[in-house]
Parts: sequence; C-alpha cells; structure tokens
Amino acid sequence: MKVSYYPGCSLHATGKEYDLSVKAVSKALDIELQEVDDWSCCGASSAHMTNYKLSVALPARNIIAAEKDKKDVMVPCAACFNRFKMAQHHMREDEVLKKEVEDMVGGTFSDSVAIRNPIDILYNDVGIDTLSGKVKKKLTGLKPVAYYGCLLLRPPEVCEFENYENPYMLDKIMAGLGAEPRNWSCKTDCCGGSLTLGKTEVVVRLVDKLMTMAREAGANCLVTACPVCFANLDTRASENVRLPAFYFTEIIALALGLEGPDSWFKIHNVDPRPLLKSLSLL
Amino acid sequence: MSTFLEDVNEKIGGVPIQACYHCRKCTAGCPLAFAMEYNPNKVIKMIQMGMKDKVLNSSTIWLCASCETCVTRCPNNVDIARMMDVLRETAIEEKIEPKEKNIRKFHEAFLASIKSGGRINEPMMIVNYKLKSGDYFSDMAMGMNMFMKGKIKLFSPRTKDMKSVRQIFKSTSK
Ligand code: SF4
Ligand code: SF4
Repeated sequence: MKVSYYPGCSLHATGKEYDLSVKAVSKALDIELQEVDDWSCCGASSAHMTNYKLSVALPARNIIAAEKDKKDVMVPCAACFNRFKMAQHHMREDEVLKKEVEDMVGGTFSDSVAIRNPIDILYNDVGIDTLSGKVKKKLTGLKPVAYYGCLLLRPPEVCEFENYENPYMLDKIMAGLGAEPRNWSCKTDCCGGSLTLGKTEVVVRLVDKLMTMAREAGANCLVTACPVCFANLDTRASENVRLPAFYFTEIIALALGLEGPDSWFKIHNVDPRPLLKSLSLL
Repeated sequence: MSTFLEDVNEKIGGVPIQACYHCRKCTAGCPLAFAMEYNPNKVIKMIQMGMKDKVLNSSTIWLCASCETCVTRCPNNVDIARMMDVLRETAIEEKIEPKEKNIRKFHEAFLASIKSGGRINEPMMIVNYKLKSGDYFSDMAMGMNMFMKGKIKLFSPRTKDMKSVRQIFKSTSK
C-alpha cells in the first residue's frame, strides 16, 4: 500500500524515534511512504488557542498539497492528526471560510484524501493477524498500558477514530505482539499537552497521576502515539512514580526484530533498556 | 450594541451556550478544573451575566488544555473547548494582559517560529520562549540532555515556499 506521509515538526526533533520507528515498521509491512511536498507546521494548539482562521489555514496548506497525490495521508503525530481533521471539518461545514482559506493558501480544497493515524492503518489495513505472523520476538512480560490521550479521539465526530471512551485498537496491537496490555481507566485522560512549558507544575501533577494509575493496573510501561504525550510522560513524571514510555511503533519494531530499537531507546529520557533487558527482550 | 453572550455565541457559531443546564458534567471531567479560577460551567454562567472583564481576565481561559473532554460529554453539545478558544482570542484582541503570562508567551514563541521557518525549530522556539518569559533556568539541564542525545538540532530543514506561509500569517493577522 502507498500513502502520503506527513511527519510534522515534532517527528523531526523531540519525536525523532517516532519518525524512525514509523518508517522502519512501514517498510517491514510494505507500506510505502511519500512525504507531503514541502510541508509546513500544522499550527498545533498554539494556533487554535489564539487564532481560529490561522488554525484552519495552516493544516489546509498541507492537506491541499497532499491532495495532489490522491492517497490516504498518514499522520503519526496525534496533535497534527487532530488539527488536520479539524481543518477538514471546518472547511466542510463553512463554505465562506473554505473560500477564504483557499484564497490564502492559493489552492483548492477538494476533500479528497483521508487523514489517518498509523494505529488505524495497522489495525484496519494491515490487520492483527498479518502483524502477529511477522513477530520474531514475542514480547512476553511486557505489560504496557495503552495511553491514547485526547487528540486522536476528541471530538469523536471530527476525529472519527474509534470507541472514544474506551478505545482498544492499540491494546489489540500490543496483544498481537505477545505483550500483556493492562486494562486501566486513564486511556483517554489528558497529560496537560502544551502547558508543559508555560505551566509545568500542572503537567507534572497530571503525568504523576497517569503513572500512579498505570502502576496500580500492574503495568511496567506506557505506550502512546502522540509526541506531546510522550514528551510529557518521558520528561515530566516524578522519579518515585515514573515508568518508561514508548511510541507504539518502537514496540512493534522490537517485536518484528527490526534494526533500530536499541538506538531509539538510547535517546529516551527514562531509559527503557533495563526493563527490556530484565525481560530478555533486548 | 450586542451583549457579551451574543458576541461569544456568534464566534462559537454552533449551539448557543445558554443551552447549558448546569449539570456540571463538563467540570467533573475537566482535567484542569483543579487549577482553574472558575470552573468551565461557571464561565458559561458568568458570560450570561455579562461578567466580561472577570472572564477575560481569568486564569481559566489560559489553563484550558483543549482536551475536548467537556464537549464530548456535554448532553447539550455545548462546545466549551471552542468557547475557551473564543475567549482567549477575544482577550488577545482586546489586549488584556493574561493572568497566565507564560502560557500566552509560549504560544507567541511557537507561532513566531512557524512564521520564520514554516516549521517549528524546537531549540530556537524554546530560547525565544525563555527570552520572552524570563524563565531562563528551569528545564536547562533537560534541554542540554536532549541536545547531547541528538534529539534536537540547532538547524533543521525549513519549508521552501515561505512566501505561502507568510501569506497565511498576513491574511490572518489582527
Ligand atoms: S456538561 Fe454541558 S450542560 Fe452540563 S454543565 Fe457542562 S456545558 Fe452545561
Ligand atoms: S477542553 Fe478545556 S475546559 Fe474542556 S475539559 Fe478540557 S481542559 Fe477542561
């Protein structure tokens, strides 16, 4: 399968290991990625929190660029995914806004491509059976909680992702790799997102709660598809409660026996290698 | 002259906020309510009562993390998350000094980075934020750590067609 690929800014910086692992896993699963031509930032929370039109126009520039290639657009970053879906939604609902944005961007929005997160592509297009069939190293003993966060799921009529109060795709993917995902009640809770610099103490409190609940559920790590969540989990948790976090694609690459995981784990703030070594997974 | 309530409703452009019957489901699920000056449903009441200054000067509007839990769960489809965006945007337009200055400064630094390179250059954005906020020392060790691990680079590729990005900022500037 061929898809357009929008990495977004985080995946080229603090979320580098997400970019590398998405690419490695896609290659192993015969998903060809074609980067969206000359992409620009989606504006993230800062645009929609302060300037509505800007928050539609920035993703629209990329959506319109991707429409030329007529393929589904893979957007791994949950924050970018949300802004892309929102922009499509607003342009569908508001003809006047759509025209205005088209004039700004200098192109036509034809609403012809689907914006998709890799969780959805792996679960629905590749399928758990195919994925399981390629597992070289079963992840026995790894007990992740799947942490979906906010931006893949809400608002549900915009994100069109899955069961928004109790999502399961990521849990099933983890189980398909031989890991033992734990059920917990914070799957869709908020980590504080972009408040991490402007109001750090609030994010510390939210992340500590997530870690505490994950521990209570018997987990030994967290798995996410969002670079904002990952950065907060990986750098903001207090030492007495923290657990290693992973991008879900890193875990898949590990199970498929691909090159790379060790070098990605090295750049985590909370080093997950001692855990993986203790489980003989590394 | 229109009332504050009418202005807010018009900018939200969806369900009028007076559809709220104050069940407080939004507030119960709001992850930031513990830190807010006024709870989300209280803000609705305050807008109805015309308490514009108090609302636009409150910390609440800056502490909302846009997690969209409130609107997802509201039995009346009141879009509080969008309402918070509208209130922030109005506060900026009316040049109100925000109670949570650093949150606002973060957004400014973030958008300035897009405006100059089309993509976020994280180290530049963080330096810019630190200069604006005067918060020089927190996170310094962590920033160095990420730099040493090669996660963040001083120079990263920019968008080539910067003209189109600048055009977007120009057309949407206030
Ligand atoms: S959930 Fe909806 S109806 Fe209930 S208090 Fe909040 S805004 Fe009002
Ligand atoms: S969107 Fe804002 S107000 Fe609504 S629940 Fe989330 S943090 Fe609270």
